[in-house]
Amino acid sequence: MAENKGSQDSRVSGSEGRSNPQTPEPPSLLTIYVMGKAYEVPKGLTIMKAMEYAGYQFIRGCGCRGGFCGACGTVYRTESSYKVKVGLACQTEVEDGMYLVQLPFYPATKAKYDIEELKATTQTLVRCSPEIMRCISCNSCTKICPQDIDVMGYVNAAIRGDYDRVADLSFDCIMCGLCASRCPAEIVQYNVALLARRIAGAKLQKRSPHLQERLKEIEAGKFGDGLKKLMAASAEELSKMFYDKEVRDIEPA
Amino acid sequence: MYPEEMNESIRRLEATRKERMKQEFPMRTAEQKKELLEGFHPDYIEASMRALAVGPNKGDRTPHELANVLEAWPVLEPGGLDLANPESDVDVLVIGGGGAGVSAALMAQETGADVLLVTKLRVGDANTVMAQGGIQAADKANDSPERHYLDVLGGGHFKNRPELARALVADAPGIIDWLEKLGVMFDKEPDGTMITIHGGGTSRKRMHAARDYTGAEIMRVLRDEFQNRDVPRTEFAAVTELLTDAKGAVSGAVLVNLETGRKCVVRAKAVILATGGCGRLHMQGFPCTNHYGATADGLVLAYRVGAKLAFIDTIQYHPTGVAYPEQILGQLITEKVRGIGAQLVNSEGNRFIYELESRDITASAIIRECKAEARGIETVTGGVGVWLDSPLIEVLKGKGSIKATLPAMYHQFERYGIEMDKVPVLTYPTQHYQNGGVLVDDTGHTGVRNLFAAGEVVGGIHGRNRLMGNSLLDILVFGRRAGKAAAEAAKAMEKAPDTGLRHMDAFKAELNKAGIPEDRKSPMLLPDYRRPEMRRPYPFLADECVQPVAR
Repeated sequence: MAENKGSQDSRVSGSEGRSNPQTPEPPSLLTIYVMGKAYEVPKGLTIMKAMEYAGYQFIRGCGCRGGFCGACGTVYRTESSYKVKVGLACQTEVEDGMYLVQLPFYPATKAKYDIEELKATTQTLVRCSPEIMRCISCNSCTKICPQDIDVMGYVNAAIRGDYDRVADLSFDCIMCGLCASRCPAEIVQYNVALLARRIAGAKLQKRSPHLQERLKEIEAGKFGDGLKKLMAASAEELSKMFYDKEVRDIEPA
Repeated sequence: MYPEEMNESIRRLEATRKERMKQEFPMRTAEQKKELLEGFHPDYIEASMRALAVGPNKGDRTPHELANVLEAWPVLEPGGLDLANPESDVDVLVIGGGGAGVSAALMAQETGADVLLVTKLRVGDANTVMAQGGIQAADKANDSPERHYLDVLGGGHFKNRPELARALVADAPGIIDWLEKLGVMFDKEPDGTMITIHGGGTSRKRMHAARDYTGAEIMRVLRDEFQNRDVPRTEFAAVTELLTDAKGAVSGAVLVNLETGRKCVVRAKAVILATGGCGRLHMQGFPCTNHYGATADGLVLAYRVGAKLAFIDTIQYHPTGVAYPEQILGQLITEKVRGIGAQLVNSEGNRFIYELESRDITASAIIRECKAEARGIETVTGGVGVWLDSPLIEVLKGKGSIKATLPAMYHQFERYGIEMDKVPVLTYPTQHYQNGGVLVDDTGHTGVRNLFAAGEVVGGIHGRNRLMGNSLLDILVFGRRAGKAAAEAAKAMEKAPDTGLRHMDAFKAELNKAGIPEDRKSPMLLPDYRRPEMRRPYPFLADECVQPVAR
């Protein structure tokens, strides 16, 4: 039974701010099942806004609402297919007959380490997370990733100690944890990837030479007086400098 | 893809692309800027604000939405709380788990303090992860902290607090060095040279990025470090009120477990507010780019204990929010898209503003184009926007460059069948950032003893308008400064402070005198996006079902 069939208020798009100036027609409704319970919601909403329309106020399962934080990983099936599908609730549009559950948390293991002491050897990742050797290449992780990351590909690269490859393949990871929830080998893929990226960033990428140069200049007090002068300047003086193309020339694009 | 009625203007945009590529578009003069702002910036709509009737900023104007939470009764009912016997006793309590809070906690612990970080969502659920474009630092030979300073002040209309702007630019290279050592993967040349670009209002290319996941990359590394160092934390615990001692100094906070409704008293020698901004108040009905928890709680908490706020009459509207599709309305299209060459184009296929003016200017120009000049593009749902000619990037930087440098953006639109390397995206300003906030000194101290603040909750650094890439920077600069200063203040205290709520009485008396309706409560803690008839205030604070535990 559908319930909570609400009035057709103007906030068709969910009530996040600017509602449509003109709502042309009442929206057509479709049915979604939140953990098996049916709700009628307007077409065209994201899962997150549809659940709010249905009456949920999130505490968990909702973070940035913009596809970056990984709080709202959602697993669903539709009536027409045997397949398990996934999406971020804040980025995925509702479909008629969608059976869904959010998975806002999944227990995970994480190696603890001192990044300064770690070395970028082929063995470091395996030593920190030995379970990666248990990968059976079933590809469940890749299939479930809402970011379309080749998760299995980077786990295999991690086993080989290929940091650059892990970093490159995993860069779009938002750590929602869905991969870990599916892994028959109980690997926590996203934490392995994070460690690999940190090692790649701290040990394999070259440090910026210009940055080290600037730090030395700052240490030597090179900019102290200049900043002091600017701090003492009036708004008028600053404005004059700001618009003077001799003083503040703009680097070409 | 777009409905046919929108395709017509896309064809006009495509027809002018070659011409536009060669076009030099002049920057606005000071006078032209003033005219644009006064005519079209939402801050200049007189009726959108009112003067505050209570508190340290009494008489200052601020948007009604913010006034409604500042001029409000405490949601905390102190009955049954054993204030004298706190359940937790720490040196430094950090409130908020974004970039500012986590860097403050790390620094406070390094300085030798016993730290607790509390957050009403998860560690990392913050605007930090959503900051895509980059982080500024003057670390190249053709640049200098002085240049950076002048850009910051120009962006802020020369109203910034000088000592805060100085701290921002002077610490910046050190922050990048710290992040490099922690393993943040910046975009670099093989020899280590940073790949930097312009942002709106910069005179040098000093925007450092990690693809278009800059904030997410920084946050996931900081969070990992935070976990490695076992900094104690409590998630899904919101602060409803700060505690004060007999002299009015801050001495802790009252927390509520959002999942059980149970309250808990934390005593702390120093408190750092790192609660972020106010996007979820939806000023003037604007959609926002902010995370779910951006409800101005920190401003409310600080205000009640007597902290002065600054620049609360200025809100940043990001020029390029998503205007289509409806599902992601108001979400961010990073400034990096313009930084690497995309142009803003109206319905006639013409540019109307230099794309890298500061945000307040660019946003005003887009609003003018749509509202006054009627050269916006209407959407099927009655919205309006202008085109951001993203395929131009592929022409300028080569095929495939969008997928390589803007993977998050590409992904976001592709989910709705819009391939931004082939077609432009529709954009309109969206509420983005709180330019003002709690006034602090350059150690992050608020002026109320033992209360520190860092991150978006702070005001004064950016004056009346922040530049792109200075927010990721300021949360880390002032997070670390506040962490250090708070830890030192705590270490200097001999005994634990007494914990009370006396400040509430004084504030309540003011509210009473001003006739503030008694059903207006704050802090908001979480927004309520259910249908209006389903809303009821604070369902997660209903603790009647939970018996107090005998202690």
